[in-house]
Amino acid sequence: MKVNKTDFMTNEALQNLITSWIPELEFTEEGSQFLNITVQPEHLHQLMSQLKSNSETNFDYLFCLSGIDWGKELGVVYHLESTTHRHIIVVKVKTEDRDNPTFDTVSNIWLTAEFHEREVFDFFGIKFNNHPNLKRLFLTEDWEGFPLRKDYVDEINMIIK
Amino acid sequence: MDTSIANSNLKSEEYFINMGPQHPATHGVLRLLLTIDGEIIKKVEPDLGYIHRSIEKMCERDSYQQIVHLTDRMDYLSSHINNEAVCLTVENALQLEIPDRVKVIRTIIGELTRIASHTLWWGVMGMDVGALTTYFYGFRDRELINDIFEETCGARLTMNYNIPGGLMFDIHPNFVKRVKDFIAHFKTKLPEYDTLLSGNVIFQKRTKGVGILTKEDAISFGASGPVGRGSGYSCDVRKHHPYSALDKVSFKEILRTEGDTFARYQVRVDEMWESMSIIEQLIDNIPEGEYKVATNAVIKLPKGEFYQKVETARGELGVYVVSTGTKNPYRVKFRSPGFSNLSLLNHITVGGKIGDLVATMATLDIVVPDIDR
Repeated sequence: MKVNKTDFMTNEALQNLITSWIPELEFTEEGSQFLNITVQPEHLHQLMSQLKSNSETNFDYLFCLSGIDWGKELGVVYHLESTTHRHIIVVKVKTEDRDNPTFDTVSNIWLTAEFHEREVFDFFGIKFNNHPNLKRLFLTEDWEGFPLRKDYVDEINMIIK
Repeated sequence: MDTSIANSNLKSEEYFINMGPQHPATHGVLRLLLTIDGEIIKKVEPDLGYIHRSIEKMCERDSYQQIVHLTDRMDYLSSHINNEAVCLTVENALQLEIPDRVKVIRTIIGELTRIASHTLWWGVMGMDVGALTTYFYGFRDRELINDIFEETCGARLTMNYNIPGGLMFDIHPNFVKRVKDFIAHFKTKLPEYDTLLSGNVIFQKRTKGVGILTKEDAISFGASGPVGRGSGYSCDVRKHHPYSALDKVSFKEILRTEGDTFARYQVRVDEMWESMSIIEQLIDNIPEGEYKVATNAVIKLPKGEFYQKVETARGELGVYVVSTGTKNPYRVKFRSPGFSNLSLLNHITVGGKIGDLVATMATLDIVVPDIDR
């Protein structure tokens, strides 16, 4: 496929454009090969839908959606790519509320998020507002706890050296 | 003839039926909960987790060398490429200069892996739609590749040939000749695949116009590999983010625009020709040199995040490593192609007949351990 190089946005150009939408975002390229944005949970859905729908950014491909337990905070990392412009960006959202962590779903923006968010719910206990079918995906309904959290304990099944 | 029954307004109602987890066409322990009305599918809901081993959690306690071996057990038909993905992540993070010899050998074996996976898929695809002969044809040719792997890597399926820094050992002296012999053999056999199955009228009637996925939906569902390319979506990681020696070879990205079951089928068959072409370009030009570079016995990645994509036989595999600078990763996420490809199954089969589900699912080429990581 021929990619029109002029449509490719540098990280600097991306940062300038995205800041003009939502000024409160934090940007960093430290310790990562991509441009990273940290977004406040209340701005998540607005940012994501603009990243997808804006013709200059056009991030139409959500290629990875991961839950992470940073110890104090729980969060989700979204890896986005544009199939037309071929630029890549990483969006992170975090919360310190470990009892009831909740973010807005992006499954109405990218269909693939429906399954990926269910996986995150299953293993991290992170809930997603407006998700069409939020329930356990791999584990059984009566499973206690969320195994990929750092404070999860299972003395029988986990072998720690 | 009594037509009163046919003309009376017969009421139909939806009911549930289980497909799997021990169903031959689900290719592993996948359970589908089907909602059907007569023969028409109303909903397909996958129920996963029957063989989930939580590889991502295991990675958090293992060293980087150990993680490589866990990835074999995800998509076991692309084991070499899975290993390569982890090794590339580690090598890029450490900024290791990998010898050209390693890159070329990795690419050759990667493409052999792709052919082996596609021949197996082709055999099983035929079997799923009732053509048992294809199974034996596919396994006959795949066996020759497994013999090559056995000689060079020491294993036929879960090869563990890649290590961070290079390869476990150098190629076997017979490797080049055997690969060339295989290519010569397979070039005469691959046309048989087309005459036996692709050109078969019954097969075409069962697959053409069935299970249609549009390009827009393919991107939104995160489809990759032949599933995406069957819908005209250019998603070949080997083209867009080349790794190892793939930037040195020329090959076509097979695209078809129909988006139906037959298109996904044909993409895989045509891809085998391209993989052979890649191997032919490299097999006579394996550079001399070391087959690995030394790494520390204990590998510690610098603090930060690392992402690597590769194209397995099923599509885009992503390895996302978060490191805090210790000998174990803080978090590893495997973005597996099968997981995203399975998520669109409901979308493309609803409204179709239950008999078409098996054919459609066969062209998604699902390997369940890849989904239940």
